[in-house]
Amino acid sequence: MAITSIKNLKEFSTANERFEGAHLLCPGCAHSMIVRELMNCTDDNLVIASNTGCLEVSTAVYPYTSWDTSWIHIGFENAATAASGAEAMYKARKRKGTLKDPDAPVKFVAFGGDGSTYDIGFQWLSGAVERGHDFTYICLDNENYANTGGQRSSASPIGANTTTAQAGRFSYGKKEKKKDMVAIMAAHGAPYVAQLAPNKWKIMAKGFQKALETEGPCFINTVSACTTEWKFDPKDTIHVTDLATDTLMFPIYEIIDGHELNILYRPKNIIPVEEYLASQGRYKHLFKPENKHVIERIQKDIDAKWEYLQRREEARV
Amino acid sequence: MAEKMELNDIEVWDGNYAASQALRQAQVDVVSAYPITPSTPIVESYGAYVANGYVDGEFVMVESEHAAMSGCIGAAAAGGRVATATSSQGFMLMIEVLYQASGMRLPIVLTVVNRAVASPLNVRGDHGDMYAGRDSGWVQIDAFNAQEAYDLTLCAFKIGEDMDVRLPVMVHQDGFVTSHTAQNVKPLQDDVAYNFIGKYQPYEEMLDFTKAVTYGAQTEEDWHYEHKAKQHKALMDSRDVIDRVFAEYKELTGREYNRVEKYFMDDAEVAIVALGSAVETARYAAEELRAEGIKAGVVAPRCFRPFAFDGIREALENVKAVSALDRSCPMGAMGTLFNEVSAALYTNDKRPIISNYIYGLGGRDFSVAEAKRIFKEQKAHADAGHLTTPIQQFSGLRGPKLGFFETKRGN
Repeated sequence: MAITSIKNLKEFSTANERFEGAHLLCPGCAHSMIVRELMNCTDDNLVIASNTGCLEVSTAVYPYTSWDTSWIHIGFENAATAASGAEAMYKARKRKGTLKDPDAPVKFVAFGGDGSTYDIGFQWLSGAVERGHDFTYICLDNENYANTGGQRSSASPIGANTTTAQAGRFSYGKKEKKKDMVAIMAAHGAPYVAQLAPNKWKIMAKGFQKALETEGPCFINTVSACTTEWKFDPKDTIHVTDLATDTLMFPIYEIIDGHELNILYRPKNIIPVEEYLASQGRYKHLFKPENKHVIERIQKDIDAKWEYLQRREEARV
Repeated sequence: MAEKMELNDIEVWDGNYAASQALRQAQVDVVSAYPITPSTPIVESYGAYVANGYVDGEFVMVESEHAAMSGCIGAAAAGGRVATATSSQGFMLMIEVLYQASGMRLPIVLTVVNRAVASPLNVRGDHGDMYAGRDSGWVQIDAFNAQEAYDLTLCAFKIGEDMDVRLPVMVHQDGFVTSHTAQNVKPLQDDVAYNFIGKYQPYEEMLDFTKAVTYGAQTEEDWHYEHKAKQHKALMDSRDVIDRVFAEYKELTGREYNRVEKYFMDDAEVAIVALGSAVETARYAAEELRAEGIKAGVVAPRCFRPFAFDGIREALENVKAVSALDRSCPMGAMGTLFNEVSAALYTNDKRPIISNYIYGLGGRDFSVAEAKRIFKEQKAHADAGHLTTPIQQFSGLRGPKLGFFETKRGN
């Protein structure tokens, strides 16, 4: 069924199924919601590249595949480059007239977790964006190396308990701030960069469509709540994501051409971050009296970031 | 449409330029590359073809060699002709993805200008990089001079893209000695070269949306073994295709290539087995020694992979003594070529005396005098009926003589 408009969730969720229901992702994992939404929001042909990670290991275990479209996985770090190569081949073959169906519209998409996007594949992503390939890179940001059991990534927030930055008698978990990947990609001059979340699915679908329609390299950081490593009940994925967007832990916004910032979602009632932190086992230790300062720090950072985003939006620069 | 280039019957090209011309004539759809000494001129020359309309494919200059090969994989899976070039550290950075390219059965051509591997940093030629690729599942063809670098790069496309092979192919040449030494090269005209390779035949391509394809799936203990065994079989079976392509190339050009190259081997008593430009040095030495009455011959694996186990055995079964020369530091073992050749000979009733020389590391010159001395040493072994030196020695090394392992037979 063709997607012409995004009307209601029921219709949208049953459209154009190119990401099959059968996969090995954890119950409650937000990855599949995000991936399905991307694939449902366009009728164009898709060439999809995935980095190694939860999504890849759960969707292409021989002799099965969840991908009813062209899909490639090379290594941990190089989905952006695989997409670059395929996109270059598309251009070359279109020019030379060797495509089977030269008029069929094709979109190139790469998926990576925060491990492959923020850390091990950072260079490959940066290179592909700098070269200006016409593709969309989507980071499924669950703030840790979930596929290997919850180690720290440079996307893990301050205070999160991870297996390699553990909370303990002398530690409150990760000490370092989360890398601002959205700003970094905007600084590449990418024509469209955004941070989106699956609870705000209409905004997310529109953002995806915008990225796919924009010529050149687009980057989208999506919040992907991780039931296993964030430690919440699998039925609460959207609830936890609601708290993420409504505490402004994950503000929803886009940056066009590296400078034009638009806030895409303004919570009616901004919720204090404690509520978000309290919803997940990975922050449990922060509620001990000696770690109160960490929660204060997190709230302070959120407030400052929100202030910054609003001023950037207002300034139009 | 790319413009044609008029070429003289004889051009003066170095190995790098020869390889770049072969890539141009193949009308590669995507070159995804990152420059590194001494192979840089290949991509620079290619860049000049792009800038001047001699190529109408895409030229993607990426940010590292790992990305270069990653881009090649994405491009090849999208159903077109793909090539790149590298050396040494770049090759080492590429290694992870070399295995992915062969595992996905993508016929990418990689021109490797052999160079030593750091540390210490060294830009000169040895075979450290070539040896590091030996288990990567690629066809590895070795050119000993610029003409061969040209010829074999054209052949590489035809071999790798053959429907019975569908494997990536490396064409090796020695850094500087071959890559930067201008020689007379007889090229084919553009149409002749392109028609020899033929049009690229896409297979399970990502840009044919009538059928979904999944590249790079995961297999664990239930299927991985079968996949790898099948890949090994494909590489073994490529031998017939390589022979056929070499025969067709001979038909077209008169230039003959064999998976095992033999020189003066009909009646040789002593032999050297080597790879790369040293083969030509050894041949020259053998010719001079023939005048002195020493029946010297040279055997060279044209294909390092698939290794011509039987061809090597057959070539050497009648010699009395042979030395296998390795231009890569074996680091705690015998040299790789020595091990391969010894294994082949062990499966025969007739086993010549065999020894191992390490030589030419980091671009240390390998001279005719050195080759002659090695031949003469083989003659001494042959006359004595046993090894007269340690099994492994280092040729052209300064300082105290290094030698390892004594023989337990023949004394």
